[in-house]
Amino acid sequence: MSTTALKEWPLWEVFVRSKQGLEHKHCGSLHAADAQQALQMARDVYTRRQEGVSIWVLPSASITASAPEDKESMFEPAADKIYRHPTFYEIPDEVGHM
Amino acid sequence: MAAHTDYLLHLADNALILGQRNAEWCGHGPILEEDLALANNSLDLIGQARLLYQHVAALRKDGRTTEDHLAYFRDVPDFRNYTLLELPHSTALAPTSAGNRDYAVTIARNFLFSALMVLVWESLRASKDAQLAAIAAKSLKETQYHLRHARDWLLRLGDGTADSHARMQAAMDHLMPYTQEFWTSSEMETSAVEAGVGVDTNTLRAAWDEVIDDTLAQATLKRSTTDGYVSTGKLCVHSEHLGFVLAEMQSLARAHPEAVW
Repeated sequence: MSTTALKEWPLWEVFVRSKQGLEHKHCGSLHAADAQQALQMARDVYTRRQEGVSIWVLPSASITASAPEDKESMFEPAADKIYRHPTFYEIPDEVGHM
Repeated sequence: MAAHTDYLLHLADNALILGQRNAEWCGHGPILEEDLALANNSLDLIGQARLLYQHVAALRKDGRTTEDHLAYFRDVPDFRNYTLLELPHSTALAPTSAGNRDYAVTIARNFLFSALMVLVWESLRASKDAQLAAIAAKSLKETQYHLRHARDWLLRLGDGTADSHARMQAAMDHLMPYTQEFWTSSEMETSAVEAGVGVDTNTLRAAWDEVIDDTLAQATLKRSTTDGYVSTGKLCVHSEHLGFVLAEMQSLARAHPEAVW
């Protein structure tokens, strides 16, 4: 295993689930030496006000993100296709909130 | 009755004084995350102290005693905390106690104390004092996290660089002798144990030793000798440091008695 010392701790993205049944939501990032430490720090930084019941952390480096300059070609073509939204249906009352 | 409330004050003073000490890192932590972690730890401890002081005030029924009175208007000879908890965050030969704070000392102390308190709170859940049993159940969860946090850093610093290892070992060598006070007997503890209110710490000693030895071995640290001077904070005979802690903590309440938010 390589033992090259890092000058800075790597960056981690933090996801918190606010209650059972809901999804984990991205809430921020932090620097930590490893995954376990990142988890503990996330607990201390992001769940102090009862924000969560579960935490995920993952290395920021493992995220592949779309480039801001690709925004026009990636997202704008969807702008004029409102027929893709399922808003043209009558929803029966019995279905309740969707 | 006096022994019962003295025992509660011993538990409360431990929590308050360590909470006050750890709060000194607020705004000065080595990294932001640790700054918050220590502030969380302090707020847990001060919360425990509040519940215990409120319980003492309720038991005294003298219409005068309040939690604020117990925290802010008692002096050094009235406090029953372990001496370990009032020491500054610096090793014995540091030039100044405030300017030479060493995080290794903070971690070592939190580790030694929370390893004890996890066992104490576990036992006190069965106290005949129902209020104390409820406080113990709440405090146990908080203290388990304090132990986890301190133990984690102890392993990282002990088994880290040559410098962090040396500083962690120095902090352990400095503080370990003060843990002798955990096991000495006192009248308030003996009476509380006889009444079924308190726990005899000597019944917890083997379990505490196991946590300490196991963690130190993993952290590649040596267990320091614990002979010599035995501190007496719980008997109200303190080091010179407690007066400074109280001066800072109590000055506002004494300058503005009965002030409210």
